[in-house]
Amino acid sequence: MSEDALSVQPDSPVTSRKSSAGPRNVLRLARYTVLKLGSLFIAVVVGIYLTILIANMGGYVDQILRGQIREQVSISIGMDPEMRQRPVEERNRLIEETIAIEEERLGLNQPFLIRSFRFLHRALTLNLGRAQFMSSDSGSRLVSNIILERLPSTLLLMATANLLLFFVSVFFALYLSRNYGNVLDKMVVGLSPTSAVPAWFYGIFLILLFAAVLGWLPFGGMVAAPPPPQLGPRLLSMGRHLILPVVAWLLSGFFGSAYGFRTFFLIFSMEDYVELARAKGLSDRDVERRYVLRPTLPNIITTFALMLITLWQGAIILETIFNWPGLGRLLFQAIGLFDTAVIVGSNVIYAYLLALTVFLLDFIYALVDPRVRIGSGGAK
Amino acid sequence: MKWLQQTLKDIRQYPSAIIGLVLILSMVVLALYTIITIPYSEAIRLWRGGEEVWGENPRTVPPAWTNWFRDKKMPETLVLRVGDEDVTKDMAVISEDMYDITLTYTFDYPYDGFPQSMNVFFTTQYTAKAPHVSMSWLTPDGRRIRLGDITARRSDTYRIDQDDRLTRRLRGVEPRVGLFADPEKENTPTTVKGTYTLVVEATTFEPNSEVDAKFVLYGQVHGLAGTDHRRRDLMVALLWGTPIALSFGLIAALGTTVTTMIIAAVGVWFGGAVDGLIQRITEINMVLPFLPILIMVGTFMSRSIWVLLVWVIALSIFGGAVKTYRATFLQVKEAPYIEAAQAYGASNWRIIVFYLVPRIIPQLLPGLVSAIPAYVFLEASLALLGIGDPVLPTWGKLINDARANGALYNAQYYWVLQPAVLLMVVGLAFAMVGFALDRIFNPRLREV
Repeated sequence: MSEDALSVQPDSPVTSRKSSAGPRNVLRLARYTVLKLGSLFIAVVVGIYLTILIANMGGYVDQILRGQIREQVSISIGMDPEMRQRPVEERNRLIEETIAIEEERLGLNQPFLIRSFRFLHRALTLNLGRAQFMSSDSGSRLVSNIILERLPSTLLLMATANLLLFFVSVFFALYLSRNYGNVLDKMVVGLSPTSAVPAWFYGIFLILLFAAVLGWLPFGGMVAAPPPPQLGPRLLSMGRHLILPVVAWLLSGFFGSAYGFRTFFLIFSMEDYVELARAKGLSDRDVERRYVLRPTLPNIITTFALMLITLWQGAIILETIFNWPGLGRLLFQAIGLFDTAVIVGSNVIYAYLLALTVFLLDFIYALVDPRVRIGSGGAK
Repeated sequence: MKWLQQTLKDIRQYPSAIIGLVLILSMVVLALYTIITIPYSEAIRLWRGGEEVWGENPRTVPPAWTNWFRDKKMPETLVLRVGDEDVTKDMAVISEDMYDITLTYTFDYPYDGFPQSMNVFFTTQYTAKAPHVSMSWLTPDGRRIRLGDITARRSDTYRIDQDDRLTRRLRGVEPRVGLFADPEKENTPTTVKGTYTLVVEATTFEPNSEVDAKFVLYGQVHGLAGTDHRRRDLMVALLWGTPIALSFGLIAALGTTVTTMIIAAVGVWFGGAVDGLIQRITEINMVLPFLPILIMVGTFMSRSIWVLLVWVIALSIFGGAVKTYRATFLQVKEAPYIEAAQAYGASNWRIIVFYLVPRIIPQLLPGLVSAIPAYVFLEASLALLGIGDPVLPTWGKLINDARANGALYNAQYYWVLQPAVLLMVVGLAFAMVGFALDRIFNPRLREV
């Protein structure tokens, strides 16, 4: 992944024009942001529409809606004190009639094309319906509540794993590019194919070794059961549960991305302007910071974005392996229970999360890449 | 084709690539061997057949070779049928209607471990009165233990381990242990090694009545790969996982690489709006939740890995690689020979297919080879999420089965490790070759 992202050809040397017009820059940045937002919104729409199309192949989208209508109508009629005195047959007839009216009102008897856009609108506004079998820990059956409840734990795992991987591999890569050709460097180059193996796979080995055989760390989960009442021990227990999944993620990503970054830095440090800076007698640190790291920053950010995208999806399986109560495991459970609403809802959320991630990073990218600000280069 | 020779020459400088190539080759040989010796239908029968296929296998036991690393040797499964060398069948006439049939099953038991369980399967023939059977057990040290008495109906099974009366007679020790244990060492059950005999004495009450019995001693180890929770021999799945993993990885990698390359070539050649559109679609495609969409396909459409394969390729047509190929095509496009082709009137498609595409095949190879492990693991990942192919036995499904049945908690490591190691070998082999190819074809990388 990282090799793809780091294009081997360095971009044209960065022009170091001094920008004078502040407002023009802001305008440019705004235009760039709006364009990015627009294209990402289209991506989200396409992703969600694809989801609807696939789900509709078994008529599951309708099923979600029909189930929701039935539940609402049954509850509202069942709770009505006036209705309780009527005979059961009449009540049932009334329920069926109301459902039919509701279904017509919501357009369930319209052709699929129209309905799909209706559903698209509902999904885009995060109106994800009710779960069929699952409920959130607080007891809510709204899909958006169930998902929101799981989001923080996914974020905790992902942020820890990814930031650690990113910074460790970038700094290690800098070290390697400085000590090009030594034993450690050769080792990283030799080990870089190990990144072809996904994190969950290392996870299985880690569980086997540290949980099953040695018994040092827990098999999975997020906190010991029952969770310690005080905050301190609880955080400690969370930390213990965090170790194995994070290490699995590091093992799978580290050598590949360290190799990718290192190669990238090496190629950039062969540029003439770096040679010149060295000839001028600048210290290694300065050369590294101002002449190697600075111009490569946009590409490094792109790599980071791609890493995050893989991570969001890699998390589905990593969480499943480690029983981590996050979004990925929710999706896994929903597959097991065949809870259509939750599966479709998770997909919608994933589409949004990916787009959001890319947008944030694109924004940072715009801030650090002078070509976007000054507008001398073409589109990225 | 000259570049191919050159490549083979270059690749010799990379020992890891040689190892990778050897591993890939041996995997291919294994896959071919599997397809030839166990045809597809036979594999499905062995994996989905039912009790009659795997009824004589023990449940979740490690492979037989684990005995080499054990001090205490575990027993292998033993099946004794009438007609075998160590089984005798005698018949004595008691009266006109009554016969005495005596079956003796003699076997050697040199192991330190106790068997998993023991069953006697009866098949009897009669019209109204079922034969009466009483069984006894002779140990090497000369003890005779009475087993159960049953009336054997047409296909009855006597499960020695579930005979409560026998357990009581053995003073509360479960029969699988009690029948083999040395009575002197009560605290640490130890087997008495030697020749055991099971005697089955049947009395029939009709002239044409017949009694036949099969004795199965379920061992603690089985075959080359062990068995799973349904008594299936894991070897079938391990073997058949090879061609499936290889073909899935190869087809997916080939399909995605070729389609992305053509898309990139089309974009570069026609330029303008076409190129712009392709670029935008690529950007959108990069943000699509790839795995969740595949999961949706798996749950709602079809679990067949071939349907998933089509989706994988379809979702990758506009993958991120389009950008990389585009950069190369932009350079190739300016080459004089393209201009020459245009001058003699070659059509657009002719130029794309015969002039543009062949030029980047050498650069395509590393990407293609490196992509294979990703797809091999993708199949395993999907299986792990419970949307593996319902029919085919794959490595991912084995890991999923093992996990679902708590293999890691129950220390049944062989169940997870065998498919995992195979997956890893395939993944790393392709990754190592791809890595070397990348360095060979990418001159900038060769310097560093």
